[in-house]
Amino acid sequence: MDSSTTIIEAAIAANRTLPGALLPVLHAIQDALGFIPPAAVPQVARALNLSQAEVHGVITFYHDFRSAPPGRHVLKLCLAEACQAMGSDALAARLKQRLGVDWRQTSPDGALTIEPVYCLGNCALSPALMLDGKLRGRITSDALDGVIEACRREPARGRDLGRDLGSDLGSESSRESGREPEDHA
Amino acid sequence: MTVTVFVPRDSAAVSVGADEVADAIARAAGPGACGERTAPAGADVRIVRNGSRGMFWLEPLVEVATGLGRIAYGPVAPSDVAGLFEAGFLEGGAHPLRLGPTEDIPYLKNQERLTFARVGITDPLSLADYERHGGWRGLRAAVAMQGADIVEQVVASGLRGRGGAAFPAGIKWRTVRATAGEQKYVVCNADEGDSGTFSDRMIMEGDPFVLIEGMTIAALAVGATLGYIYLRSEYPDAERTLYAALAAAREAGFLGASVLGTGKPFDIDIRRGAGAYICGEETAMLDSLEGKRGMVRPKPPLPAIAGLFGKPTVINNVITLASVPIILDKGGKFYADYGMGRSRGTLPFQLAGNVLHGGLVEKAFGLTLRELLYDFGGGSATGRPIRAVQVGGPLGQYLPVAKFDTPLDYEAFAAAGGMVGHGGVVAFDDTVDMAIMARYAMEFCAIESCGKCTPCRIGSVRGVEVIDKLRAGKRRPQNLALLRDLCDTMANASLCAMGGLTPGPVLSAIEHFPEDFGIALPDNSTAKAL
Repeated sequence: MDSSTTIIEAAIAANRTLPGALLPVLHAIQDALGFIPPAAVPQVARALNLSQAEVHGVITFYHDFRSAPPGRHVLKLCLAEACQAMGSDALAARLKQRLGVDWRQTSPDGALTIEPVYCLGNCALSPALMLDGKLRGRITSDALDGVIEACRREPARGRDLGRDLGSDLGSESSRESGREPEDHA
Repeated sequence: MTVTVFVPRDSAAVSVGADEVADAIARAAGPGACGERTAPAGADVRIVRNGSRGMFWLEPLVEVATGLGRIAYGPVAPSDVAGLFEAGFLEGGAHPLRLGPTEDIPYLKNQERLTFARVGITDPLSLADYERHGGWRGLRAAVAMQGADIVEQVVASGLRGRGGAAFPAGIKWRTVRATAGEQKYVVCNADEGDSGTFSDRMIMEGDPFVLIEGMTIAALAVGATLGYIYLRSEYPDAERTLYAALAAAREAGFLGASVLGTGKPFDIDIRRGAGAYICGEETAMLDSLEGKRGMVRPKPPLPAIAGLFGKPTVINNVITLASVPIILDKGGKFYADYGMGRSRGTLPFQLAGNVLHGGLVEKAFGLTLRELLYDFGGGSATGRPIRAVQVGGPLGQYLPVAKFDTPLDYEAFAAAGGMVGHGGVVAFDDTVDMAIMARYAMEFCAIESCGKCTPCRIGSVRGVEVIDKLRAGKRRPQNLALLRDLCDTMANASLCAMGGLTPGPVLSAIEHFPEDFGIALPDNSTAKAL
């Protein structure tokens, strides 16, 4: 078995007994790999006794799940109303133009995948973006250029590509706390 | 002597550098191995990462505990730290960034903080801090009561769902309590997707135990044994804080096989959403919790009767549940004494977008938009006139200046053609093109529709197309009539509020800002079309 197959197996094993396990399983896979490889679909479907169509349907329904690896960094720019009121449309245009790509694409040098997001809950410090799971506020065009340049320079941060919860307490405690309540159900 | 310095951990504060400021203070007050120490000899600094006070234009807002109370400095940059030490900020010394006693800042002083009583004051993850500031009193009162009596206190408080629908929470609880079922659930809707809202996030990051306490009280009231927090994936900091808070509460016996030794089990787990706005709709959220696509369910059956996994389920938003502990502590009447009309209690309003002093303003219902935008908000951030305000998220109407004196009360605001919703207020200055905002409302619906019902799924796409034609000046009267007809279909035939309320921002933009659509009023031909 190659390493991603092992990771997928581990993600399934850690979450399969949770009620409504599919989203936790998919999150665990994406937290570890940065995306959900198409090869994972039959594996997950078999383990959770679902059809492949059901798994595919869930992956494609939710904006977060990716079926292809992202770049070394993932930048989510907020396009919702509060950020629009402070000029996020111009930032969006600048971002796409500077990288020469559209939403959900990766810059040719592999540095940066850009995704739109609709509200990061930082609406009093608009415009906002999230870089590799870290929130940033009051983004000016200079700040955006700085982010782009930094991403081009910096190497990947391991496998953690959209967020960094997979490796710390997030998924661990999710497993523990998920199991416990079943005892008194 | 140990001096306590507060630097918020709230992700909005961190988004403008709070972590770097905390690091700089720690370095300056450290052992000075690298000659970085600027703190006076003998001064021992303890840094507490508190929640945010909700005055975001002042973030990172650093506070120092002094004999005269907490003194605020802000907004602090890492490069200011050395100067702050030199100015003696550990004793509340004078400095250009000094704002005086935090509690005396008018923005804060003029609020009525019930749900947010502790946010920004305590260490969010300290059980001792929580207890010292009134925590667990509501739960302790509740464990001594019959479930039915807990429900009646919540009914008496007049608390209505703060997620947007404003349904009386106590009535919902009564239904769940009255429904027989071996397994019942409490689900906290933490899918705070509306643009311009962040109060749920601030509670989860700044006072997570109050949410845990509220959910536990709900569980005791209705006989539920398991709770879920459905948390949007855009809030990773809240997720970390909640997991840590749950572990601490469990460890201390507030959750688990026997809540506070009552023999009644209750525990809470977190489920992370995956970036779908529609999952804030309660039935779509249930499908998502069950591991499916977030598709809206027809009602009935009500989730209170057949909800998560078909079981009776209390579903409330974060703020609703976080308002329960104070109601059980001080009684339903105490809470009901705030507010106006049928809108009882307080609402944490969120001032956002193009506003100078954006932040959280918890006030009793009844204040006006004008008070919020100008007395608290200080007008626009850009210095230009505020032209339009959207209240209640992406499904809320756009309101012009002429409506700014309407009191924020569920009924009064609805009568004026608005929607209080989750209390988010997004301001736009006079550079906004309302036709673009109307188009965006339709576009957002098209992006986020679950696709189950046709008016929402297809209507939103057609809506974008028609507005594009209007903006291009093509057959305006005919296309306006078509857009109105389409909005009528969406409003009346959609399965849920997503399609049903999307016409709100579109039609209000046309009504109040016709010039942006190229409609010269008064004009008989277009007046007819309107």
